[in-house]
Amino acid sequence: MTQLQDTARPESGRAPDVVRINDVSKRFVLRKDNSLKERLVTLGRNGRRHREDFWALRGVTTSIQAGHTVALIGHNGSGKSTLLKVIGGIIDPSGGSVERRGRIAALLELGAGFHPDLTGRENVYLNASIMGLSRAVTEERFDSILDFSGIGDFIDTQVKFYSSGMYVRLAFAVAVHTDPDLLLVDEVLAVGDEAFQRKCLDKIRSFQEEGRTIVLVTHSLSQVEELCDRAILLNAGEIAYDGDPREAVAKFRDILEDRRVSQIAPGSSEKAREAIVHGATAVAAGRDAEAPLELGDDLEITMDVEHFGSTDDWMVAIQIDNTLGQVVYGTTTKRLGLELGTLSGRRQVRFVLKDNRFGTGKYFVNVSLMERSGRHFADLPQACDFDAAGNILAVGSTYAEPVFTDLSQER
Amino acid sequence: MSAQDRFDSLAQQKLVTVGSAQSRSALHSIREIFQQREMLSLLVRRDLKSRYKDSALGFVWTLVRPLTQLLIYYVVIGQFLSAARAGGIPDFAIYVFTGLTAYGLLSETIGGGTSSIVGNAGLIKKIYLPREVFPLASVGSALFNFFIQLGILLVATLIAGAFPIHADVFYAIPALMVLLVFGMALGLFFAAVNVYLRDIQYLVEVMLLLLLWASPIVYSWSMVKNAVGDGLLLDIYTNNPITLAVLGFQKAFWTAGSGVAEYPVDLLPRLGIAFVVGLVLLAIAQRVFSKLQGNFAQAL
Repeated sequence: MTQLQDTARPESGRAPDVVRINDVSKRFVLRKDNSLKERLVTLGRNGRRHREDFWALRGVTTSIQAGHTVALIGHNGSGKSTLLKVIGGIIDPSGGSVERRGRIAALLELGAGFHPDLTGRENVYLNASIMGLSRAVTEERFDSILDFSGIGDFIDTQVKFYSSGMYVRLAFAVAVHTDPDLLLVDEVLAVGDEAFQRKCLDKIRSFQEEGRTIVLVTHSLSQVEELCDRAILLNAGEIAYDGDPREAVAKFRDILEDRRVSQIAPGSSEKAREAIVHGATAVAAGRDAEAPLELGDDLEITMDVEHFGSTDDWMVAIQIDNTLGQVVYGTTTKRLGLELGTLSGRRQVRFVLKDNRFGTGKYFVNVSLMERSGRHFADLPQACDFDAAGNILAVGSTYAEPVFTDLSQER
Repeated sequence: MSAQDRFDSLAQQKLVTVGSAQSRSALHSIREIFQQREMLSLLVRRDLKSRYKDSALGFVWTLVRPLTQLLIYYVVIGQFLSAARAGGIPDFAIYVFTGLTAYGLLSETIGGGTSSIVGNAGLIKKIYLPREVFPLASVGSALFNFFIQLGILLVATLIAGAFPIHADVFYAIPALMVLLVFGMALGLFFAAVNVYLRDIQYLVEVMLLLLLWASPIVYSWSMVKNAVGDGLLLDIYTNNPITLAVLGFQKAFWTAGSGVAEYPVDLLPRLGIAFVVGLVLLAIAQRVFSKLQGNFAQAL
């Protein structure tokens, strides 16, 4: 069980639990015999060979307090959608239990159960009633739902003629108008256009202010850090991390990287690699290796590269990402107009970024060894990282000294 | 409502275990369904509406099938095979239509119920609601069609000058109850099993075809009696709940037969026993359904 970090959420003391998940496990049985005949043939002990167990969740224990926005993250197949469905009561856990209170609305995959042959209007009523709204209340809120969805005159068209964006817009509009205490959202926000996504995010923000609880599954890691005050990282059906979203996203990136490396590893041994980036360090010039980078320091990025053969045509590239994975800086020796001569064997090279202006935060350095045409010999993502101390006068990934003048006083 | 108000009201609510992890009693299910009755009626309407959506004639199609059946049985069996005259069945058209109306209700409840869970996969996979509502919704739409057919039957009796104004008309009530309780029990059971074994829906089709001919709809009960004699076989045939219900309906609406046609003795007690047996089956089917429903979303 993972302990929650209560310090991050001052109000958690007075917020009641909305969801309690006690040691929940979920097993899927994958059967290879699906017809009656096959099952009769493989009846009994023989049948065991035709089935395979897959644990989507193992011993997940946690609780979600009212008013929080919790992201479930993890790679495909890590169990996050399963967990969301278990919370929603759509599938039963194989072991353990889930307790819940308050009104719930769920938006799972596309169009939360629209009937294709009915019109948008009919589906709104049907869907609202499934989510527990009476007909009178639905009628009252109908205009608001229609307005929010932006469907317009298409409301009286059968939903089978809707685009996938319209589908989601209408479904989301219904769900947020059912006055839920707990909103479950699975991956749906990615479908609408940008304007609608904005609208959804605004709605989610107003939900947060109203003390509603939101659990969302998403692959958009920037959304996690932007919206959520807590993230649960699932890996192979277990909670790998539970707490601060930034930390969770960073850990998630590590897992993804491990997977990527382990997937590449078997193949790479067959195909002889031309070169390798052994490692890199990022140190503020004149400070300890562990000391944070202060504004104006020179940042020294030292890389250890090796080419197993020999080449004249090579360059070194660095790229610096913030914790959101956004590129904040990048350069190459080609940009500097350098010809580097022949590379054979192992060599240490260094970039010095003079008089840095990084804003407060953690940064990751990616290193690539490339041909000048752009073909990669070798990459080392997140080869090293550094912390920028920044300055209390400003936030963001870059810094410039702020000076304020009230122009009306100056005259 | 401010965030704090919401927290306070939430804090007062009891935490409820989600899903069917706890053994759901029949009473609990009934309460849940009752709370969702508004949605149930919407589902029934959706079933009816979407069935003939985009067709020019719409609801008229509901009538075309039974009327065609009536025509075939009346002409082919009644006239060509002369069941009407030789079997001593006066007002043969009304006789057949009475039986078909009763049988239609049963076949629609069972048939519609069996495919209801698979057919509503889209909803079941995305949202929690008591899954019993889907088979029940097909009972609702079957009942709707049943009453339309019954209306036509009554009009027909009026035209034939044989409107059922007699005490026997009350046989229709226990007969209807027997049909409903068996339809629901089998519908629930097959709906749940069909999720895991899709062969069931085809099996049900075959079974329904058998049931049509295993009850006195296009022939009379006395023909069976003459053929198998008054023994165990006849009892087995007669105590088939469908047979009992069909006979009940005929006693109620087929006035031309009163005094002429032969009915088994103790029809009413037999209907009563069938109803009780049906209730037991319904309770069992509900248990099976609630055991199996936990895995619906993943099996679909």
